[in-house]
Amino acid sequence: MKRIFQILIIALIVPLLSFGQEDDQVMKARAGKFALTNAKIYTVTNGIIENGTLIINNGIIEAVGANVTIPDDAEVIDCKGKEIYPGMIDSGTKVGLQEIESIDVSQDYSESGALTPQMQALTAVNPNSAVIPVTRVSGVTTVWTTPSGGFLPGTAAAINLFGYTPDQMFAGAKGIIMNFPSTAGGGRFRRRSPEEQAKATERALKTVNDAWDKAELYAKIEGANDVRNYPEIEALVPVVKGEMQLFIEANAAKDILAAIDWVKTRGYKKVVLTGVSEGWRVAEEIAKSKIPVIAGPIQAIPTRGSDRYDAAYANPGIMSAAGVKVALRTGDTENVRNLPYHAGFAASYGMGREEALKAITINAAEILGVSNSIGSIEVGKKANVFVSTGDPFETASKITDLFIDGYKVPMTSQQIRLYDEFLDRTPGVKKNDPAIKIIKK
Amino acid sequence: MKKNILILTLILFTGFVANAQVKKGDVLIKNATVLTITKGTLENTDVLVRDGKISRIGKNLKAPNGVQEIDATGKFVMPGIIDAHSHIALSAVNEGTSQVTAEVNMGDVIDPFDVSIYRALAGGVTSTHALHGSANVIGGESETLKLRYGTTNPEEMKFEDAPRTIKFALGENPTRGGRSRGIQPSSRMGVEAMLRNSFNDAVAYRAKWDAYKADKNPRKVAPEYDLRMETLVDILDGKVLVHCHSYRADEIYMLMKVFTDFGIKKLTYQHANEAYKVASELAEFGAGASVFADWWAYKLEVYWSTAYNATILTRNGVLTSINSDSGELIRHLFHEAAKTQKYGDLSDDEALSLITLNPAKQLGIDNRVGSIEVGKDADIAIFEGHPLSVYAIPVMTFVDGVKYFDRATDIDDQRIYINPEETVENISIFNRHDEDRCMEEGVVSFEALFSNKK
Repeated sequence: MKRIFQILIIALIVPLLSFGQEDDQVMKARAGKFALTNAKIYTVTNGIIENGTLIINNGIIEAVGANVTIPDDAEVIDCKGKEIYPGMIDSGTKVGLQEIESIDVSQDYSESGALTPQMQALTAVNPNSAVIPVTRVSGVTTVWTTPSGGFLPGTAAAINLFGYTPDQMFAGAKGIIMNFPSTAGGGRFRRRSPEEQAKATERALKTVNDAWDKAELYAKIEGANDVRNYPEIEALVPVVKGEMQLFIEANAAKDILAAIDWVKTRGYKKVVLTGVSEGWRVAEEIAKSKIPVIAGPIQAIPTRGSDRYDAAYANPGIMSAAGVKVALRTGDTENVRNLPYHAGFAASYGMGREEALKAITINAAEILGVSNSIGSIEVGKKANVFVSTGDPFETASKITDLFIDGYKVPMTSQQIRLYDEFLDRTPGVKKNDPAIKIIKK
Repeated sequence: MKKNILILTLILFTGFVANAQVKKGDVLIKNATVLTITKGTLENTDVLVRDGKISRIGKNLKAPNGVQEIDATGKFVMPGIIDAHSHIALSAVNEGTSQVTAEVNMGDVIDPFDVSIYRALAGGVTSTHALHGSANVIGGESETLKLRYGTTNPEEMKFEDAPRTIKFALGENPTRGGRSRGIQPSSRMGVEAMLRNSFNDAVAYRAKWDAYKADKNPRKVAPEYDLRMETLVDILDGKVLVHCHSYRADEIYMLMKVFTDFGIKKLTYQHANEAYKVASELAEFGAGASVFADWWAYKLEVYWSTAYNATILTRNGVLTSINSDSGELIRHLFHEAAKTQKYGDLSDDEALSLITLNPAKQLGIDNRVGSIEVGKDADIAIFEGHPLSVYAIPVMTFVDGVKYFDRATDIDDQRIYINPEETVENISIFNRHDEDRCMEEGVVSFEALFSNKK
């Protein structure tokens, strides 16, 4: 009897001890076959499935629906009372390209020179950036990570937020970034007279147009024998040929219209407008051009002092109502985790929840050119999905399970580990601590 | 002569009264869900405001003659939000010419024309703590404001009788100037030394004046008067609340030791991204923390931050608030507070306290604002949807019972000053990192000071 009691005690204590050891264990992602059951599934493209099941196998969504047979060898995750969504996509970030904002040696998003379209963001993505787990545990599984600075800063890439090499993270689409020469003022530190500004814009446009003229010529003579190596021009050729997308950053209303005209004149087919802070002023014109947009950040102040206070919140909704296809971005690096809140604000101020959800899932995937593999919950698509305790736009909701590329990714990050360590620190306050003599007196 | 003095007194007195004459309102808010913060949530409840104060809270209240009624059925009423860290409504932020500038006062640089004030009101904010920047170890005195937008008199922006506060700064910002110019402080060691030197000077200064006052010799000579030292002495005497820009746990701990040695008790840490690491020490000392909900990684000293900071501090008994330090973030502090429910399950009252009662306590104005209670100032925000929901929309904001924001009826352009020289309105594309952040402004100020560039 005594012996049985001892065994019982040991049986009870051993698991506790190993739980205590959890800190030292490395949490790794797992591949395999998973069945997520009893969930409310937001497919985005095929409505909502109440009490549905989602089967993930070999990285792919194998089945989804209300009447799905659960394979015997699947690991079952009961999602009763929870909701499943396709992983959220942020269509404009510097994730992986910047670790600490004030330390320039930790930044790799900007190369010297104004015309550097051949520079590859994907090359400089740091798969081990602390920012990545912090972002993905909030349900953002894919980001468009972009170079910046100059007129043609480089080639952006869509990356999934899990993987150990840039290629493991690559989500299948790249695009050329262009900053449309701005007619707006230079911001708060560089005020110019309207004449100076007009001249600067003209000069800038000439530089940009020269590059594209060369690219068009290059596209024609590409096959010829002694075309010299000209990487920055060669990088633009796929855009000229309509094989790659061009992302044009334009924010002031005047610049958006000028960019639309420019695209029409050039005749480029695969174009996206980004930023579009003043898109609401020219929403009809954007809609007419049929060019999709990536708008954001949404939690932003208006561009002009005279604007209504909620202009930035309302911007995506106004464009969407005019018939523009809209995706959203935070434009952030370390707080891309707030993407659902940017979407939530857009939803509240006119866009509506359904459109806002599309703007960070299927619309984003279509605009970036990755909708064949991600952006919705459909059989055959990549298993980029998360399980949430409720509406993921709602601030208090929590993500409980996360799959990227079919891997069950551990729900941990630098910030969660610090929480676990410091919520109830050991040791706490020491006796006779010199810092707290006041109280003891 | 006597007559002249009388007239002079009369003029001064009239001037004083005119300055202090802020607008006070009367209003009856009907049938709302009232989030009192201190006394729970009251359904279908009315709030009666008389002469700028909350006079009654109850059901089926009747509007006295001439008092406007607002139907708030289905809406949420909460105390006006208080931002314990802001640089809006200021025409200058940093006096960076010396590492100790306790003699300057933000009350002298209030800018009532800043349209950011209206935008903050449109986020339910009624009070801000207009802080000096973080360029130096001991900065200037700060000013607590009420957002009475529309007045052109800076005096009317001041929160009457709010306690004096002063800004201190530790870490990267105050050492940046020293590091680049090879002078002290160039390290966190130098910051501590500078603090101790300053307070030792103040102790000596106080002793000189005490000796002078005690001296009965009619031919005594007064010591030199020094405004900087006067302020430091007031800190030693507990007359000024210290709000200290800080990030790392070690520097937070250091200041508690210095303050212990000089007997200074009234201390709130600003930003304090690593306060969670010394939460138990803060609780024991009785210091507060005013933090961001989730900002991090913008510099090395905030790399090991956690969005659970506010929760860890709250659970360890530290008086905690959530602030903006930004002309953008200030517009949705209710949403920032809600993040503590994602990062750590704070209750609704705990989360809302972070932006109402707790910052009020940290500023010493909790006898006037921070909760919906009879007798308190009628600084009130009305929301469509629960303020902790991402879908919440602030619809009306009152200060002293006067409505300063109404989403339904306000015109779009809310500027009260338009530059007559401006022919085309300047368009500035939002970048959250240059929105009124004291750390950025500190850098600009230093560069402007020590280079020829403007």
